[in-house]
Amino acid sequence: MLSLTIKEVSLALREGRISPTELCKKCLNRIKKMHHLNAYITVTEETALQQAQQAEDRLQRGVPKGPLDGVPFAIKDNFCTANIKTTCASNMLKDYTPPFNATVVQKLLDQGGVLVGKTNLDEFAMGSGSIDGVFGPVKNPWSFAAPYRELTGASPDSDWVITGGSSGGSAAAVASLSSFLALGSDTGGSTRNPGALCGVVALKPTYGLLSRHGLIPLVNSMDVPGIMTRCVSDAAMVLDILKGHDIRDSTTVHSPSTSAEFPEDFDVQNIRVGIPKEYHAPGLSAQAAAQWSRVADLFERAGARVEQVSLPHTQFSIVCYYVLCCAEVASNMARFDGLEYGHRSETGHSTEVLYASTRHEGFNDVVRGRILCGNYFLLKKNYEHYFLKAQRVRRLIAEDFRRVFDAGVDVLLTPTTLTDAARYHDFKSENSQARSVQEDLFTQPVNLAGLPAVCVPTALSKRGLPIGLQLIGPAFQDKKLLGVARWLEQRVGFPSISDCEDSLESQDQTGEMKREFNTAV
Amino acid sequence: MSALSRTASRTCCMSLKFIRPSSELRTNDGRSIRHVERFNGRSYSSTHVPQVPTWEPVPEDQLPPCTSIPPELVDKLERLALVDFRTKQGVACLEKAIQFADQLHVVDTCGTEPMDCVLEDRALYLRDDTVMDGNCAEQLLQLSQNTVEEYFVAPPGNIPLPKREERSAMLKHSEF
Repeated sequence: MLSLTIKEVSLALREGRISPTELCKKCLNRIKKMHHLNAYITVTEETALQQAQQAEDRLQRGVPKGPLDGVPFAIKDNFCTANIKTTCASNMLKDYTPPFNATVVQKLLDQGGVLVGKTNLDEFAMGSGSIDGVFGPVKNPWSFAAPYRELTGASPDSDWVITGGSSGGSAAAVASLSSFLALGSDTGGSTRNPGALCGVVALKPTYGLLSRHGLIPLVNSMDVPGIMTRCVSDAAMVLDILKGHDIRDSTTVHSPSTSAEFPEDFDVQNIRVGIPKEYHAPGLSAQAAAQWSRVADLFERAGARVEQVSLPHTQFSIVCYYVLCCAEVASNMARFDGLEYGHRSETGHSTEVLYASTRHEGFNDVVRGRILCGNYFLLKKNYEHYFLKAQRVRRLIAEDFRRVFDAGVDVLLTPTTLTDAARYHDFKSENSQARSVQEDLFTQPVNLAGLPAVCVPTALSKRGLPIGLQLIGPAFQDKKLLGVARWLEQRVGFPSISDCEDSLESQDQTGEMKREFNTAV
Repeated sequence: MSALSRTASRTCCMSLKFIRPSSELRTNDGRSIRHVERFNGRSYSSTHVPQVPTWEPVPEDQLPPCTSIPPELVDKLERLALVDFRTKQGVACLEKAIQFADQLHVVDTCGTEPMDCVLEDRALYLRDDTVMDGNCAEQLLQLSQNTVEEYFVAPPGNIPLPKREERSAMLKHSEF
């Protein structure tokens, strides 16, 4: 039951094959069982059961609110949830309980969705491993599945691999079957990167399509809520529910032209698929390149016109992203001063000392580092040289995409990450900036240009870990993009983690025992 | 680009279930393409996907000389940002970040306007300038750790941060 898609489980709920409370309990049990993944920061057991009961009443009366009524979902812990802690995995907000719901959260609740928990992330969503939060790293569920174990002989305690990030908890929640849907956020790839490494469908919608109200901001001009599901059709359905103008977010657009129906059987014949050559970057693994070729061939054999295209400024995109990200972070993080909400230091003889000590105690090295870099790039003497320069390069990157789409290309096909998931110990040994340079290489250009992109899992690597490819479309053509993604998904035959269930469960028991042992000590 | 020159170079073995025979296909424009797909040590090869990286990192000699951050600037940044570098490593990180950012100067941006936001060509919705919600002062004040009546409490202002050495000592006491 837990490995079904939203569409399937929604049908099961309506036909009475399972009740919302039973389903909710199953998910809550699953969360407990998969506790060792550290995917959740807060599990909202009590409110989830209440919401499930209400859904049950509606379903029994035959008046469900929509296809999500009674369906359990999870939210990244940087979206505000009324009366439920929202921590951003930071000491700064460890005890922060917002009095309101983010618009996208409210929309899911209005549809009868059952919120089972808030998921783990890198502190303030700054990272690409989900290892930099105060609640500890998230483990990739595929680390405990049969293919990885058998192909690498890895040991469960020391050789686990990362989920990617920063929405690693959301990806792990969907991949480990404890939630049918999870929201992440995507500033430079934070939804697509863990989507690729955990083998789930991860959509970054067009900037302006979904409200950011209540998403604790990282980079205002690039942040978008991201959607993670087990199949493309589910992502399309959730997109329909979430999209639309929000009076509380002036950067959402009115009636975008994406209202077209999602094509379940998209015909790829005669569409033009662009292969941006710059996406064969130094460090791209042979296996990721092979998948890229394989899928390009799939399209070509189905009658699509596949062609190599050029996005000449791609190489500089990550640099541009880094400068703009630091600058906006420096500005956005200024709100955390200890006075109105969040952590407040005990040390405080003066306002400035209170600010400085609160921020010293509240932020980790990565966040502090970006704030300092941002302040440097924004210094009067550097403003033109770095900040405006980066904004100019941003335009060149956006124009690269526009040129290709104007020439008639319908979608771009690229890798999502350079490699499959790294082992935690290997990943940890590199510094954060180096990591971000590697991990966001193929994902952040889309954020700079505001375009929609979706990561579709395509195969397991020879280490038994997921590899995903990215499809990029023109702005506000999210539905058509998902149509192409759906076509691809049906042809690549990516395995479900539930096929490796036996192993997953047994590893889990080992994990449980180990934890109890630790606790006892 | 020749299909054949690209096919031989890359081999990989993946544990996949998909076995397809080699096939001869024609593209829309009538070119012939050999698909080489071997299983277990097979290679996938597309005429369109480059088989080798298409660019290299900017060589260091094309970048401006490394910037070093003098102590006065460290002090200034800490005062502006209201966070501290903590250690020498923090300063080294900034220097590295600057060097990374300097790659931007390889790009010719003559005549290109800065881009603030991707929605620049749209008229964004502005609502009427009237109060729509509110009356939640009490709820908001509850989020603060120190309030008196309907005020947030801040310690005395207009006192600059102490000197750098005293600051480090002060922050050491507030280690979490």
